[in-house]
Amino acid sequence: HMCMYVCGTASEFDRDSAFHFLFPPWQCSRKNRVPTLFSSTFSSLSPNQQPFQLSHGTTTLGFIFQDGVIAAADTRASCKGLICCPISQKIMPIHSHLVVNTSGSSADCMLWEWILTHEMRLYQLRHRKRLSVNGAAKLLSTMLHPFKDQNTKNVLSTFGGRSGPRVCYVCSDGLQLKGEIISVGSGSPYAYAVLDDGWRWGMTVDEAVALAREAVFRATHWDAYSGNNVDLFHITAHGWRRRDREDLKEEYYRERERKSKKIKEREKERQKREGDELGEGDIYSVHCG
Amino acid sequence: MEYLIGIQGPDFVLVAADNVAASSIIQMKHDYDKMFKLSEKILLLCVGEAGDTVQFAEYIQKNVQLYKMRNGYELSPAAAANFTRKNLADYLRSRTPYHVNLLLAGYDETDGPGLYYMDYLSALAKAPFAAHGYGAFLTLSILDRYYRPDLTREEAVDLLKKCLEELNKRFIMNLPSFTVRLIDKDGIHDMEKLPVGPK
Repeated sequence: HMCMYVCGTASEFDRDSAFHFLFPPWQCSRKNRVPTLFSSTFSSLSPNQQPFQLSHGTTTLGFIFQDGVIAAADTRASCKGLICCPISQKIMPIHSHLVVNTSGSSADCMLWEWILTHEMRLYQLRHRKRLSVNGAAKLLSTMLHPFKDQNTKNVLSTFGGRSGPRVCYVCSDGLQLKGEIISVGSGSPYAYAVLDDGWRWGMTVDEAVALAREAVFRATHWDAYSGNNVDLFHITAHGWRRRDREDLKEEYYRERERKSKKIKEREKERQKREGDELGEGDIYSVHCG
Repeated sequence: MEYLIGIQGPDFVLVAADNVAASSIIQMKHDYDKMFKLSEKILLLCVGEAGDTVQFAEYIQKNVQLYKMRNGYELSPAAAANFTRKNLADYLRSRTPYHVNLLLAGYDETDGPGLYYMDYLSALAKAPFAAHGYGAFLTLSILDRYYRPDLTREEAVDLLKKCLEELNKRFIMNLPSFTVRLIDKDGIHDMEKLPVGPK
């Protein structure tokens, strides 16, 4: 019956306006269908339709480098068009060396974080050693399998004893990936662009923190569903350390100021260079032909 | 969006799979291995829905290894293929069907090399060459034209390269690299990854 409503709209256009030339007939649409060329042009018609499946209103990321793992996330929890909570916490420490970022429905995320924490603690008590990150990812993946439709995604960031820094992506549809840079959420394409550009294995801690911060900042600028503050965790062999939560609103104005200062400096330099060139010769010299 | 291809020669099977692990429009990983080693001379290539591939392939993998542990000898490729098909068919009409497309390639001492094509409806066919994915539409006719039952290894690799060049030229998705493996009487050999440069 969703199909019929849609067809009704199309025929109204046919009768009343010239729009029927622009819009080909609607296709019957399931909720999560693969987008086609036609459907992307209709995103202006229905406000909740998206050009491709934008996975959840958040930006979280994790990457490894020579001195551990950085996990960063924004703090905005949105519900369609409303910001439910501007100061939510999306990165949850599981134990001293494992941190998980989640995206998806906040309630589901909190539940799975809690379940994972207590399952890992049980494992540690039973087997007298900590579960490795691969094991934790497999455990989470197996636990999520019966809830495939739930649509939560998790990034597990850890610094293991033998395995070193590891970051792992677990999705409720079953996809499980290990990598060097992972980003999840509606702001992830923007974050990937910044991370791919600036990531090197040999980064210093300051460079890595700055990169993560910038990635989240750019994503929050362009993505409506990410924003407010940025949380950053740095995990090393000694455990995780949390950087103070930073409000990104200020960062936008600071960057604007920095850019305008830079433009002024370049303008001055350019004028100075032109002044020098003019001053080199007499104005009545051969240059004036 | 994913691509699998297999070519059977007189005494070997050549298989290749792309290396992209994607989620919506993002390539999350560029070096993802879609091949699962069932035994010393059997490979299972698996593509399809995100979680189902790994779950199903690992299930089959562990069961084949369990057979070896229990009975002391390995399943032949034909037996493994039929076992896989039976499992897929059983799950098909359950509440949790697995949406996976498979290629099973193996070498048997008595029967020689074998390439088995299986799709998500658990149709099984032994074929001299096969491909899965949208890329199959572009490459099956190339395989048709140039395949001969008595290909040498070099000729098979050249045929594979022809297919991948065509993909690079006409396929809308960018598939930058492919894992290539060859199975013969000595087991599974990794061949160099084929990066086909843009034309």
